[in-house]
Formats: sequence, structure tokens, C-alpha cells
Amino acid sequence: MAEALSNAVDTVFSAPVARSPRFWKILARHRAAVGGMAVLAVLAILAIAAPLVTPYDPIHQKLSDALLSPSLSHPFGTDYLGRDILTRIIYGGRYSLAVGFMAVAFGVAIGVPLGAVSGYYGGWVDLVVQRFVDLLLSFPGILLALSLVAILGIGLENVVIAVGISSTPSFVRLTRASTLSIRQLTYIEAARALGARSGVIIFRHVLPNALAPVIVQATLSLGSAILLAAGLGFLGLGIQPPTPEWGSMLGEGRNYIFSNPNMATFPGIAIFVAVLSFNLMGDGLRDALDPRLRQR
Amino acid sequence: MFKYIVQRLIVAIPTLIGVAIVVFLMLRMLPGDPARTIAGVLASEQDVERIRVQLGLDQPVWVQFVDFITRLARLDLGQSARTSQPVLSEILARLPYTVELAVTAIILATAIGILAGVVAATHHNTRIDYLVSAASLFGVSMPVYWLGLMLIVVFAINLRWLPAAGADQPACFILPSFTLASFVVGLITRMTRSSMLEVLSQDYVQTARAKGLHEQRVRYVHALRNALLPVVTVVGLQFGTLLGGAVLTETVFGWPGIGQLLIDSIFSRDYPLVQGIVLTFSTLFILVNLVVDVVYAFVDPRIRYG
Repeated sequence: MAEALSNAVDTVFSAPVARSPRFWKILARHRAAVGGMAVLAVLAILAIAAPLVTPYDPIHQKLSDALLSPSLSHPFGTDYLGRDILTRIIYGGRYSLAVGFMAVAFGVAIGVPLGAVSGYYGGWVDLVVQRFVDLLLSFPGILLALSLVAILGIGLENVVIAVGISSTPSFVRLTRASTLSIRQLTYIEAARALGARSGVIIFRHVLPNALAPVIVQATLSLGSAILLAAGLGFLGLGIQPPTPEWGSMLGEGRNYIFSNPNMATFPGIAIFVAVLSFNLMGDGLRDALDPRLRQR
Repeated sequence: MFKYIVQRLIVAIPTLIGVAIVVFLMLRMLPGDPARTIAGVLASEQDVERIRVQLGLDQPVWVQFVDFITRLARLDLGQSARTSQPVLSEILARLPYTVELAVTAIILATAIGILAGVVAATHHNTRIDYLVSAASLFGVSMPVYWLGLMLIVVFAINLRWLPAAGADQPACFILPSFTLASFVVGLITRMTRSSMLEVLSQDYVQTARAKGLHEQRVRYVHALRNALLPVVTVVGLQFGTLLGGAVLTETVFGWPGIGQLLIDSIFSRDYPLVQGIVLTFSTLFILVNLVVDVVYAFVDPRIRYG
């Protein structure tokens, strides 16, 4: 694992990959990754342009239309309050995708500098940071996010914070590993010899070269962040109804599973498609950034 | 070997203490007045005061902490704010359900994952390989709670083969354990496949083939044994994911384990119970990883003597 990681890191540094035309060529040839990107682009555009795409309102109730089966006017049927399920899924992208992005941004913003500092300075700084990461990792899976929501309370910002903190450890570990190997390189020594301050070296010279694996990890984390946020929504601890968020829609659908499974089926498919697309994109990016793995 | 186990045990202790500190801080980090938050909006001033004294929140923080740790050492996790029962007995009443579910699921997931991974690796770059890889990617991307609901729709509502919820008969086990297994089976498959591919390209496998061993024997005796080493670690780490997944799976199937108890106690702001359950989950996770480390050292002598 550690070796594979340092291999990946070495490969990334041997050429400024992301800037080379080869990177885009490899990525473009990765059909699954391109497909994933296309699907995500469609989901995002639909979410942004929602009012133009659908004639229905995602929140306004029309009880006379409750629990309709799929038809031409309601392709996915309607929910127990007579709202068009497809409309709610399209609007739901605004919340589910945005929460994923914000949570991962949070994780990167905290995890990457922490990992770089930890790897660059070593010694007791490294020890403290790593024990802290170990501690976060000793709360299995969704449990860390659940505990944080239990403390912070239910709501959009708290879901972002809870999911963001849960995604932080992987960024700390990854950046630390990259930093450890970059720290040894001659140009860092040169920068130090020229009298550059540690902060400048870390942020100007180390981090830009450590970013490639972080980008791959961030893409894969987007998938798991969306899964986790939707899981909280499903449990009733995430974004609250009537806001159309995929996880909480699924949670509501659970109560109608016997009479009208559509309410649960379609939001679940939306989550699945989004997460799958991010995973495909992440795999493609990894292949493009690390030629060694591609031969497999 | 003994020395190694003792070493691992000693390393696990600070982590356990760390977890205990975090769990202790949970209650104190509640915004505003924790006693009032727990009592609820409608509680009278006396009720709030009673809860404050009951939870020891009227004492200085360091007294509370010493008290917390001493009671923890005696396995006293306090009382549930809702039922006034000892937290430990509430947890112990529900824990067996979660453990049964998690153990069944991990066995299922490991069996399916290793089988699928080996098949994919031995049929490298064929249609079977692509199929297995696609299936495991689907498994990793699928919300576990959604899969559970879809299984209920198919097997409980449409086919009427299996019960949709409950835990009172053996058939109740099938859907929840498959759902929970799906959570980790994709990762175990992927890991087995890549590890097996790596081992199959090693020199000693070539040697075994060159000296005329049957291909089956080369694959399943010589290669598989070494390919399984990294899989053991993944299975151990995934046990944590699985415990987390148990919270979701139990909610879907109304399974009476501690995952469901956790969600209920979060909603009813029963913080002593929340603390106890979080502590239980983390301790289980740390202990399982300890066992995995020891098993790993047992099957791979390089670790023991390294």
C-alpha cells in the first residue's frame, strides 16, 4: 500500500502530468470516466436549470395527485403529498451534489495543509497530527458523522461539517505521504538553501506537486461523501423534508414501501448513478495520472 | 508471538483512552446548556436541575472527567436519561443482534468476495473479469439502505418469500445479512482480484508451473495462500465500515440491534446512551483490528519477526 502510494507519487512528479496534453488524451480514451463525467454534467445542469426543465414545484403539495403511478405526465409517479418524484429528484441534485462538494472541500481544506505540515516538519508535530487522525479513524464508518450530528444538531451546515470531518483523515494521510517523499527532493533543498521560509516552501513548492493524488482521492471521496450525506438524510438526521434531498426522500419513501415503492426506488437510483459516476471518474483520473496502474 | 500480541495490546490502549475522552467531551460540547438540551424545551427548572445533578454537570469539568474514567473502569456507563436503566444493560440486551448480523455479513462478504476475486483474476481480461469488476464497482457505489429496501420490495412484497422486518425467525436473517454484506463485498472482491493478479505474476508461480504442477494446484494452493494476506487486512478494516453499515441496515429492517438503539437515542437526546453506544462500537472496532493484526502476524511470519 505505502509502496504503491509512493510509486504513484513518484510517477506524478516525474512529469507535470496534469499540464501535459497526454493526461487529457489518456483521460479522454477512458470511456467509462468520460461517461461518468457526462452523466454528472447532465445531473448538475438539470439541477441548476431545474425550473426550466420541469413544470412542477418540488415542494408545493397537491394531495389529489398523491401516490400516482408512473405516467406520461409524471414519469416517476408522485409521492404521498402529490409532488412529482422526478421533479424532486432534479431539484434534489442541488442539495445532494452540493453537500458532497462542500463536504469534500471542507475535508481538503483541513486535511491537505495538516498533512503537509505533518509530513514536512515531522517530529512531535507529526506525532500529534497522526494520533489525532488515528483517533478519528477509530470511529467506524458512518459513526463519526452520526456522533458529530448528535452533538451539532440536525441541519445542512452540520451535515457538511460532519461529512467533511469524516473525509479529512484520508487527505491528511495522502498529503503527508506525498510530502515525505517531496521533502527529500533537490529543489526543496535548493529552496531552503536560498533561505525560503518553511511556510513558503510548503505552500509554494511542496503542495502544488502533491496535488495529483489528492485530486484522485477527492473525486473518489465525492462519491462516498454523497453516500454518507444521503445516509444521514435517510436516517432523518440530515437535510430535513420538505427540502428535496435524495437521502431524506428515500427515508420518506421507506414508509410507503408496501403501497408505493417508486418513492424509494427513484431517489436511490439517483444516488447510485451519481456515486457510480464519481467512482468511474476517479478511476479514470487515477489511470491518467499513474501509467503504472493502467497496465493492469 | 506472545511478545507481539502484548505489543499490539499496549498500542491499542492510548487509542481506547482517546476514544473515551472524545465520548466524554461529546456531552460537554453540546451547544448551550447540555442539561436543558437533554431535558427538552418543555421541562421545568427543577427537571433541568435534577438532570444536571444526575449527569454530574454541576461539578467542575476535571471532577466530571475523573468520575467518568473511574466509572468506566468499572464498566459503569451511567443511566439512560429516558428509561433510567443502566446504559450497559440496555446495550448488552441489544448487542447480540448486531454482532450476529455483522458476523454473518462479514462471513458472507468474505466468501463471495474471495471467490469472485479469484475467478476474475484467473480469467484476467476476459468477459468474466469485466463482469466481476463491473459488479464490484456497482456494489461499492450502491447505497446499502436502498438495496435493502429494494430487496424488501422484491422478496418480501412481490414474491412473499421472506419477512420484511423483525428478528424472530431464522428467515429474518437472510435479507439483512445480504444487505449488510453488499456493503463490503465489492471492496473485498477488488482487493482479492488485484492481489491475486500480483501473486500470479511472481517468479515462484512460474517455477511451480515450470516444474509441471497442475494449474489448479498452482492457483489455489501456491498463489491463493499468499494472495489472501492483504485481503485479511481489508476484511479487518472493513469490519468498521460494516458496523457503521449496521446502523443503516438495522433501520431498514427494523432489526433490534444497537444501531437502531443509537438512532433512537439520538432522536430522544438520550446522551448517556448515545455515549455508551459510540464507545461500544469504537471498542469493538479497535478490538477486531487488534485480532486481525494478531491473525496477520500468525499467517505471515515476516510481520512477527520483522
